[in-house]
Amino acid sequence: MKLAQMKLVVPKESISSEKRVAISPDNIPAFEKLGYEVWIESGAGNLANFPDDLYVQSGARISNEKSELWAKGDLLLKINPPSNEEVGLIKEGATLISFAYPARNEELLQLLGERKINWMAMDCVPRISRAQSMDALSSMANVAGYRAVVEASHEFGRFFTGQITAAGKVPPAKILVIGAGVAGLAAIGAARNMGAIVRAFDTRPAVQEEVKSLGGDFLMLDFEEDGAGSGGYAKVMSKEFIEAEMKLFADQAEEVDIIITTAMIPGKKSPVLITEEMVRSMKPGSVIVDLAAEGGGNCELTETGRSKVEHGVTILGYTDLPSRLPAQSSRLYGNNLVKLVNLLGTTDQFAINQEDEIIRGALVLDNGNISWPPPKVEVSVQPVRPKEESIKEPVEEKKSIFSPGLMLGGLCILLLAMGWKGENEFLDQLTVFVLSCFVGYMVVWNVTPSLHTPLMSVTNAISGIIVIGGMLFVSGSNPWIAGVAIFLATINIAGGFLVTHRMLKMFRKE
Amino acid sequence: MAYLVSGLFFILSLGGLSKQETARKGNIYGILGMALAILATFASGEVENFKLLIPLMLGGAVIGAVLAKRVEMTSMPELVAILHSFVGLAAVLVGVVSFIDPSDIELTGTNKLIHEIEILLGVFIGGVTFTGSVVAFGKLRGSLSGKPMLLPGRHLLNLGMLGASIWLGAQFIDQGHDQALISLLIVMGISFVLGVHLIVAIGGADMPVVVSMLNSYSGWAAAAAGFMLKNDLLIITGALVGSSGAILSYIMCKAMNRSLANVIFGGFGTAGGSAATASEIKGSITETTADEVAEELKEAKEVMIVPGYGMAVAQAQHVVKDITETLRGQDVNVRFAIHPVAGRLPGHMNVLLAEANVPYDIVFEMDEINEDLPEVDVLLVVGANDIVNPSALEDSSSPIAGMPVIEAWNAKSVVALKRSMAAGYSGVENPLYFKDNTNMLFGDAKDTLSAVFSKLG
Repeated sequence: MKLAQMKLVVPKESISSEKRVAISPDNIPAFEKLGYEVWIESGAGNLANFPDDLYVQSGARISNEKSELWAKGDLLLKINPPSNEEVGLIKEGATLISFAYPARNEELLQLLGERKINWMAMDCVPRISRAQSMDALSSMANVAGYRAVVEASHEFGRFFTGQITAAGKVPPAKILVIGAGVAGLAAIGAARNMGAIVRAFDTRPAVQEEVKSLGGDFLMLDFEEDGAGSGGYAKVMSKEFIEAEMKLFADQAEEVDIIITTAMIPGKKSPVLITEEMVRSMKPGSVIVDLAAEGGGNCELTETGRSKVEHGVTILGYTDLPSRLPAQSSRLYGNNLVKLVNLLGTTDQFAINQEDEIIRGALVLDNGNISWPPPKVEVSVQPVRPKEESIKEPVEEKKSIFSPGLMLGGLCILLLAMGWKGENEFLDQLTVFVLSCFVGYMVVWNVTPSLHTPLMSVTNAISGIIVIGGMLFVSGSNPWIAGVAIFLATINIAGGFLVTHRMLKMFRKE
Repeated sequence: MAYLVSGLFFILSLGGLSKQETARKGNIYGILGMALAILATFASGEVENFKLLIPLMLGGAVIGAVLAKRVEMTSMPELVAILHSFVGLAAVLVGVVSFIDPSDIELTGTNKLIHEIEILLGVFIGGVTFTGSVVAFGKLRGSLSGKPMLLPGRHLLNLGMLGASIWLGAQFIDQGHDQALISLLIVMGISFVLGVHLIVAIGGADMPVVVSMLNSYSGWAAAAAGFMLKNDLLIITGALVGSSGAILSYIMCKAMNRSLANVIFGGFGTAGGSAATASEIKGSITETTADEVAEELKEAKEVMIVPGYGMAVAQAQHVVKDITETLRGQDVNVRFAIHPVAGRLPGHMNVLLAEANVPYDIVFEMDEINEDLPEVDVLLVVGANDIVNPSALEDSSSPIAGMPVIEAWNAKSVVALKRSMAAGYSGVENPLYFKDNTNMLFGDAKDTLSAVFSKLG
């Protein structure tokens, strides 16, 4: 039985400050391929520079009727959790994919539960390797990190890059990034590209390489403790560690011009890392961008969602950084959604398969029943590779019985044993043989690997010397056998040398 | 005296080949040595019957020259393999004829014994080289399956054949002339069968080792002929070639972190048994397009190209070179990373790149380049598989565990060109393709790279 075509609905985000839209026009063919009929609320993409026509061109239908649109959606794609008003519009039994923040939205879970909704939370997609292409937290954090630098440079009264000009010398800006997760790394990269000196701190020593790869300096604490926790977040550190860390921040605050903090703990209040004392010690005109403002902020003075100036330092507590780059964020979020919706299968076989750990993790409402939190899954964000040195060390030379030296030695002994009883002529030949083996050994060992093929074809040509054997017998009673040998060997000689010549002609140096 | 000089020429020839700069001189020394040896033999007075000899040699030379001119650089391994078989067969024939047609001096006692052992060895090694090379040739051309063909009890079979040869050899020494000839011919037949059997059991991926091993055998066969003919030049040359081939095989084996014994007797992919399927790969592959790759290349500062057998098959070396030139013209630092066993012949990739005129100073060996990889913005894998497989380092149950590989995954972005998702020659899945920084570009390498090149302009 063919089911009626499923309708995929993308409503306009209802929060007034939200400029993003759940999918970009580019995503529509992917959804159509799965069998969905795509409906977009009129004006949904306006603020992200995706006007209705672009969606229409890509095959979507547009509707003005908000309530009608909500009522027809079998699969709804949103960014923010629905408002109470929107909960009333949603069709019973529909599937909704959006950010959900189930820890602080219990009431909303209840309300949607009453309408038998399947709700998949983009913020609950497990952070395993396979799910990276659906990890909207990471893709949004990336945008936020970049935007944090842009906001900082907007408020900051100087260049980022150092310059020596006719009008005087401009020192480069110094930036401290606290927390080298996705957002932190994006900020390091963006700030480096603008020419600033960037330092970064993270409790996980493992990220040191990543920081360096983006051109940042990694600040080390003289303290042994690894902060790698599960789920790609850092764990809470010991008291001694935090003291050492705070001292480091205090020292840095006096020196740097811009601080970008990203230390978030999921579902909890963000730790205070920058005290009022430190803010006071900063130079006037400095900027703090607090990416953890959502959870109360890493700076004592941060005001969530606002910018303000305290002790001459501008403190930005914006929580809508991804929305401030709406076209980019919408595109990335839409791509994340495509990957997740793909897991649900084509529309004629649509299924929420809870065997799949990604789906199980993301599913917070299962047909109206609260299915959050999911059973624990081990996370593989940073596969620990202990003792990397042991891999990189050159493989120890194994002395197999086939190693050339031993092989030659063995051959000598064998032949000596055979030849012991023989007369001088044989011994002479043997001497010649053994000496030649050693000469060959010494000479060939130095050949550069790129010349192995020519070497082989030359030795091949040379081994055509067997022609002499044939020549010595061609005058005997069986000239034809010897003749064939001569014939074959000459093919070898001519072919081998010529082909080597051809190859060598091609090697050139600029 | 002339023989001594030509022996020296051969040594100079091998010595010359150790460096790019002197390599051509090395080849010329080789030719000189050979010419001198042949002329000296002509002049020695032992050779008559020029009516037969000269047309044969001319004919052989012409055929050899034509072969060398015609051969595509990509089918170089086949040519080398078939040439080895010629040497092997020639050695067999010389052995047989030297038995039928004994020299004037009547040998007695130990000298006779030694001489006969020499004949046996020459025929035996020559026979194995001959048929082994023919099989290798077939595998390289693809007219024989590259998969190892493993008969049950093949080690016993090999030992049995060896034992039979030794026994027949003993008979041969005791028998009168005519019966002994029959024994010799049977030994020859056994050695033919043994050659086939040894090489069919070796997988296609191990062909570089096999070819250089056969190269070595052909040298030993020549040396054995030298002993039986009491000819020092043959001994010297045979020993040179033999040891050179042995060293090459050893180098190849080390590059794969396996012992020679393992290559010869192992039958690759079977040693690990069921382990090949032990670790399943999670994750999804991401496909990309020629346009995107071209964009990525334009943005990059450091580009690395890792060629493999796929490049040879698709004959893509010229397009690779065009892309390299264009990018270098735009100040992109393009380099090549060559794995020691890339392709089907030692140094195969270098020859192909040289054919396409890629300057050799931007071509690097695996060991030189691995630590630079994290600096690389875009790494192009052109038809290589096992040599960039991370399971070699990460998965101890993998059949290729421990083999040094080019650590492609350390590059910032990887584009793998491949015809399909099929496994490599070793039959092992490659987790590289499932990594997040890897994009796949499916299709014939020549077609896809041409498309990339057209977008670069």
